[in-house]
Amino acid sequence: MKEILIDLLGNEILVYTLMALVPLVWVVLFALFAVWWERKVSAHMQDRLGPMRTGWHGWAQSIADTLKLMQKEDIIPAAADRALFILAPYIVFTASYAAFAAIPFSAAYLGAEINLGLFYIIAVSSMVVVGLLMAGWASNNKWSLLGALRSAAQIVSYEVPVALSLLAVVMVTGTFDLQEINRMQSGSILNWLIFAKFPLLLAAFLIYFLGSLAEVNRTPFDIPEAESELVAGYHTEYGGMRFAFLYFAEYANMFAVSAIAASLFFGGWNSPFGEFLSGPVWGAVWFLGKGVFFIFVQMWFRWTLPRLRVDQLMYVGWKVLTPFAFALILAVGAWMLAVR
Amino acid sequence: MIPQEIHDALRTRFGDDILGAKLDGVVDPFITVAPERIREVALALRDDPAMRFDTLCLLTGMDYTGGKLGVVYHLASMALGHKIVLKVDLAAENAHVQSVESVWKTANWHEREAFDMIGILFDGHPDLRRMLMPDDWEGHPLRKDYKVPEYYNGMKVPY
Amino acid sequence: MQATDLRAEEAVGRPATVPGLGRPLRSEEMVVNMGPQHPSTHGVLRLELVMDGEIVVDVIPHIGYLHRCFEKHAEQMANYQQVIPYADRLDYVAAMSNERGYVIAVEKLLKIQVPERVEYIRVIMAEFSRIVSHLIAIGTYGMDIGAWTPFLYCMRDREHVLDIFERTCGARLLYNYMWVGGLSHDVTPDFQEKVRAFCTYFRPNIKELNDLLSYNKIFIERTANVGVLPAEVAVNYAVSGPTLRGSGVKWDLRKNDPYSVYPLLDFEIPVGRGEKGTAGDCWDRYMVRVREMEQSVNIIEQAVERLPAGDVRAAVPKRIRPEAGDVYVRTETPKGELGYYVVSDGTASPFRVKVKSPCFVNLSALPAMCRGAMIADVVAALGSIDIVLGEVDR
Repeated sequence: MKEILIDLLGNEILVYTLMALVPLVWVVLFALFAVWWERKVSAHMQDRLGPMRTGWHGWAQSIADTLKLMQKEDIIPAAADRALFILAPYIVFTASYAAFAAIPFSAAYLGAEINLGLFYIIAVSSMVVVGLLMAGWASNNKWSLLGALRSAAQIVSYEVPVALSLLAVVMVTGTFDLQEINRMQSGSILNWLIFAKFPLLLAAFLIYFLGSLAEVNRTPFDIPEAESELVAGYHTEYGGMRFAFLYFAEYANMFAVSAIAASLFFGGWNSPFGEFLSGPVWGAVWFLGKGVFFIFVQMWFRWTLPRLRVDQLMYVGWKVLTPFAFALILAVGAWMLAVR
Repeated sequence: MIPQEIHDALRTRFGDDILGAKLDGVVDPFITVAPERIREVALALRDDPAMRFDTLCLLTGMDYTGGKLGVVYHLASMALGHKIVLKVDLAAENAHVQSVESVWKTANWHEREAFDMIGILFDGHPDLRRMLMPDDWEGHPLRKDYKVPEYYNGMKVPY
Repeated sequence: MQATDLRAEEAVGRPATVPGLGRPLRSEEMVVNMGPQHPSTHGVLRLELVMDGEIVVDVIPHIGYLHRCFEKHAEQMANYQQVIPYADRLDYVAAMSNERGYVIAVEKLLKIQVPERVEYIRVIMAEFSRIVSHLIAIGTYGMDIGAWTPFLYCMRDREHVLDIFERTCGARLLYNYMWVGGLSHDVTPDFQEKVRAFCTYFRPNIKELNDLLSYNKIFIERTANVGVLPAEVAVNYAVSGPTLRGSGVKWDLRKNDPYSVYPLLDFEIPVGRGEKGTAGDCWDRYMVRVREMEQSVNIIEQAVERLPAGDVRAAVPKRIRPEAGDVYVRTETPKGELGYYVVSDGTASPFRVKVKSPCFVNLSALPAMCRGAMIADVVAALGSIDIVLGEVDR
């Protein structure tokens, strides 16, 4: 796609800017869709209907909510640290968004060709913690600070099993470049990495998925935001458009981790039927579809499970997932040596 | 144990501190006790192996009008299944009675409420402050001669 | 300040001195307020938490935000009948049980006997209100722990019961149904059929609730071994209801101090045995409520089979003027032992009506459950006591 655009427009800077805007457009549209969808999924799981009035089955509900939030008064607490308060949502969003640069949406589209793609993604998405801490600290509120600190501890702790499980994938494929990994999975559904070295990479996927739930603060790991006793955690003091921005950033982050799961384990932009229904445009459809499916699984977990207490959460991260991830690495390494 | 036996046992032990009883012709038989000895009587009722009143069901402050207040204790035994009522009569000018909080922990909150609503003072209570009304309220609302104040902290009360 | 420091230190098991420092280590306790407006205090309750980091050193409940002067109103009513709507509003979640205690007390003062049909219908309504109250307790407890979905399922099942109430007396939540000496309306002709249909519908839903919430590993992690209330402490605090039975004490007024037609009905009393943790923890109290719902369905089925014919207004007196005297009547409501102390001075209006509220008493045991726990555990313990502020404050 980059070549086509360069031929068309000539100016490289313009082309790169346009390529960077593609995921932005997708993320905004997706966030609007995801808010509606979360409400509908939760409603149907709870034996009720959800939004029904704003359009057919309430599809325009997110648009209506966005319009409402845009009209709200922008309140910044008097004792809050103004600069950090305003900056925090942007940092959270930027960190999640930057990860999209290295995720291939299809065979033809990749934001930036980095051969250390996976390493870059893990590094950059950790910046979210900085934004959350800023939000909690700048609010000048005991509850927000507690929420932000817990969130920081949670995200940093779960980086370890996430990175280790992704390392297992790197060991099997031999490359950090996501586009390369996707190309290795083309052909048939059996080439998908989740079936490679079965069941080891399945275990890697499970560890990754659980760890990523903690990364995006979703139930059962949603202590920082939905805990009944912390009111709303680090975004207690945020209202109106700022709150909407933090909310969108959360969905962007959710999609980023789902997209990585889809890319690495489930073939990314490859069609499950091999050659049938594949191609640059179909590839994007498959990729986005798989990402949305994992989002659905995340929502499913949220509305079914209760949440863990903060010390239990840390226990699960450090004493369960991390040892399993280490054992997994050993097993993958041993298998690869034995096969050679 | 039936109320007559309980009354006799208490009389033997505490003599004239048991001021009276009404055991027949009433729905709930009761025993009247002197206010300065209610704690020992309560302790005896709780610990005596034949009586074992381990539960204080209810502690009620009463305003009998005419300058007479009172406290009514409803006791029950989970272990042995019997019940008894103790009554204490007080004069409004000197409404002091021993606290039974050390005997049954549940009396802590009940006595605070009786103090709040009727104005009875419980000697020996660790933390006798108002329960339902705000801490700086004046007056005791459940007294029969209680007049609702016009203003509370600058806000008009009756509306 | 010195004594408090040492107490706080000892409460969390740390030595109170640092070697070489020469004086006790000064630590500041943070006082944090939960409420009066808070998502999980189940009403307007203010909990003052004295905290040492994450550990709660003390919990001081402040109540009175929902005080509506029930007792003062009762004294000023023109007759005994007019107190019944106020009694409804005490525990507004299970209003039928509240009415029942009061009317039994007045009937004892008047020495009247109600017809058997009235007794059976009262039992059915009281057990329905037990189911309804426990559904809310379970649903909101799930929400406190973070599981949103069981609440909606409980609300859905509750709607069926509220429909039955509406068919019988016209109101869904606050009924004014049980009158002194009888009931305000007789049940509709299709009452038995509707009740049986509900019982058939509801039993599998209890199983679904167990699969979804009760035996969920995360829920058990959050509630087992949390908020333990030992049996002797519970009895000394006069705790009653599922809170007491969760601690292993098998005491239920329907069996131990029976009233109405309960001696003729066959049911069991579930008791907490520490299946998933310690006896007397939050999971036990929660599970006692779930099992009580099953037992209530049994009771309702038996009562509706035996419902005798009769006139529900046969014993309602024209004028209620009991002789001077007082009575204390206690009934087993979903929250525990609700007691009415009714004092009559021989006139048509009550002299004093004092309510022994089970939630008030159970709440006083909260500090004993929570010392040394974390904030999340305070929320779990508070939810497991199942308070309704209307009853705590009256």
